[in-house]
Amino acid sequence: MELQGLIYLFVGISFALYIGIAIWSKAGSTKDFYVAGGGVPPIANGMATAADWMSAASFISLAGIIAFKGSDGGAYLMGWTGGYVLLAMLLAPYLRKFGKFTVPDFVGDRYYSDLARTVAVIAVIFISFTYVAGQMRGVGIVFSRFLQVDVNTGVMIGMGIVFIYSVLGGMKGITYTQVAQYCVMIFAFTVPAIFLSLQVTDTFLPQLGIFAQTAFAFDDGVKMIPEGTYLMHALDQAVNDLGFNNYTDPGNIFNMFMLTVVLMAGTAGLPHVIVRFFTVPKVKDARVSAGWALVFIAIMYTSISSVAAFSRVNLINNVQNVEYAKFVSGSQLRADGTVNSGAWFKTWENGGLLAWNDRNGDGKIQYAAGAAFDGAKGKPKFDGEKRGEHGQRLTTNAKGQAEQAQLTKNNGIANEIYVDRDIMVLANPEIAHLPNWVIALMAAGGLAAALSTAAGLLLVISSSISHDLFGQVIYKDKKTGQTTLSEKNELALARAAAVVAIGVAGYLGINPPGFVAQVVAFAFGLAAASFFPVIILGIFDKRMNKEGAIAGMAIGLSFTFIYIAYFVFWGGNKADYLFGIAPTGIGTIGMIIHFAVAFVVSRATPPPPKEIQDMVENIRVPMGAGKASAH
Amino acid sequence: MDAIKAQEYWKENISTILKLLAVWFIVSLGCGVLFINQLNMIEISGVKLGFWFAQQGSIYIFVILIFVYVSMMKKIDEKYNVDE
Repeated sequence: MELQGLIYLFVGISFALYIGIAIWSKAGSTKDFYVAGGGVPPIANGMATAADWMSAASFISLAGIIAFKGSDGGAYLMGWTGGYVLLAMLLAPYLRKFGKFTVPDFVGDRYYSDLARTVAVIAVIFISFTYVAGQMRGVGIVFSRFLQVDVNTGVMIGMGIVFIYSVLGGMKGITYTQVAQYCVMIFAFTVPAIFLSLQVTDTFLPQLGIFAQTAFAFDDGVKMIPEGTYLMHALDQAVNDLGFNNYTDPGNIFNMFMLTVVLMAGTAGLPHVIVRFFTVPKVKDARVSAGWALVFIAIMYTSISSVAAFSRVNLINNVQNVEYAKFVSGSQLRADGTVNSGAWFKTWENGGLLAWNDRNGDGKIQYAAGAAFDGAKGKPKFDGEKRGEHGQRLTTNAKGQAEQAQLTKNNGIANEIYVDRDIMVLANPEIAHLPNWVIALMAAGGLAAALSTAAGLLLVISSSISHDLFGQVIYKDKKTGQTTLSEKNELALARAAAVVAIGVAGYLGINPPGFVAQVVAFAFGLAAASFFPVIILGIFDKRMNKEGAIAGMAIGLSFTFIYIAYFVFWGGNKADYLFGIAPTGIGTIGMIIHFAVAFVVSRATPPPPKEIQDMVENIRVPMGAGKASAH
Repeated sequence: MDAIKAQEYWKENISTILKLLAVWFIVSLGCGVLFINQLNMIEISGVKLGFWFAQQGSIYIFVILIFVYVSMMKKIDEKYNVDE
């Protein structure tokens, strides 16, 4: 079957499956809508949590980031999994015992303050929208590349699907859809990983592939790396020859430490992850469900380092010194006489995520360290649809020469290609010439990853608006402290909020802010500097009061916000970094400041009321958790 | 449950968590980041040990840690009879 037909088939079947599940699991009450009735079995919840957690960033971008960063990329692998250990031990069981619907619920009740609740609502909405924007970019990339529809149409279709199952089914619909999405995405990631592992190292399990030896000899452009070299040695040798730092050597250890901590604490503090543990029946289930979630995440995450290494080797092996015109037209032959087809190169180049600049005018592609394009931060600025003599897309970048120092380091090879990191995983099967159905599977997998996360985030946004803002702050009866909003109206409001949130997310998808990657640093930094400490203190420090919590959140949040905003968006100079800490890792300092400020302020102000202290005693003991309840 | 027993339960809970988090810290931020260069001097089948901890090894240990935690807490819950 033709590739395009297969892609439509796979994506169509998976979409039909999601909608079918949504209709089957329609939500009838606010409890169904917010926490799936509190009755999801731990393994299913673990699987849904894994799908919710593994976003377009994990599926589409992570292996690509690691392929280019090498050793330092480990911060993402450890950070995005290590956070689950913190969740399981420090947050999930107690929050389940607390037994409400949302994170602002906990903050508002534990700190007996609507101000704290409102700050939490704002942080939830900001963090979640930041994240949704990233998912929408993923949906756009997959649609434009694989379904060859316009990005805007792609986003609309994606939004339509999410609309159907999140507005209709709420958490209940989302949870069971995510179980299906997990299966689609893990299959789509693992199958190509196994193919690649067999192809590059003759090893079946990708996890073991990094320990294996190369199954072929390849020319890195400087010298031949013989067959049977250990994969990591081959990679180090190749990148070294081309002027990059060793793949397996760490760069700045201090910043790697800061980034790992922020990603761990941020993971444990992200509202859409925390809320998953409200959906299980018992405290015990919350603990074990965090374990299952990590098992399902680990199945993908433990193979990412190998996929990254394979794809870097494959990239060098397939593009180094090939003639552009022959390569993209499919008439380039390898030494053994097989065809090395660069059709993928042309497609991604047409999409603007790949570009070639024939610096030395030999008509061949060269790959090495350094920028391929001059000016514009090394990124290509395409000159409309104009084509050069070999058929390549032309750019308006200044015509310069590669720097002499870089050339010497690169063994005389000037880099001629620009590769967007986000394309590595999606392009992998094509670069490796895997069968068409594997490529079609990638499309369905990428969409499952983006849509499952987007749905989880949209639900968190809508519940903080309908439940926390309207239910608990605006419609609160001042005398009784109870909400005057009926359950039926709250459910209608939740659905309306979901519709609005989907609209905003769709807008962000069609008009993506040009800085999605940097914005993710915001989400993790802010979660680490706000929710993580405020919840930990609420559980483990009985003496913590509202003054301490509000001061901690306000100072921790604003410090992190201003630092990131200053250096990322307002053009702050690298030389001015506090202790040399990059903005991506600053949430760690924000978190420490939060803990310190909260401690000092709480000890200088009166202790929390007796009933709050009793409540803290209560959530520390699993007995009598009951089901998640509204009030 | 009386207050004294609740205190003891909580203490035991905390000490369990602290022990497990110590392991968590050592394998990830210790082996994978702070001492990565020292561990990288050891190499297995071409893979440097510190690199492996950062990119694969710590994840396996995280999974084991959570399930160890679940089973230790189960015992403590039963001991203090606070199981649901």
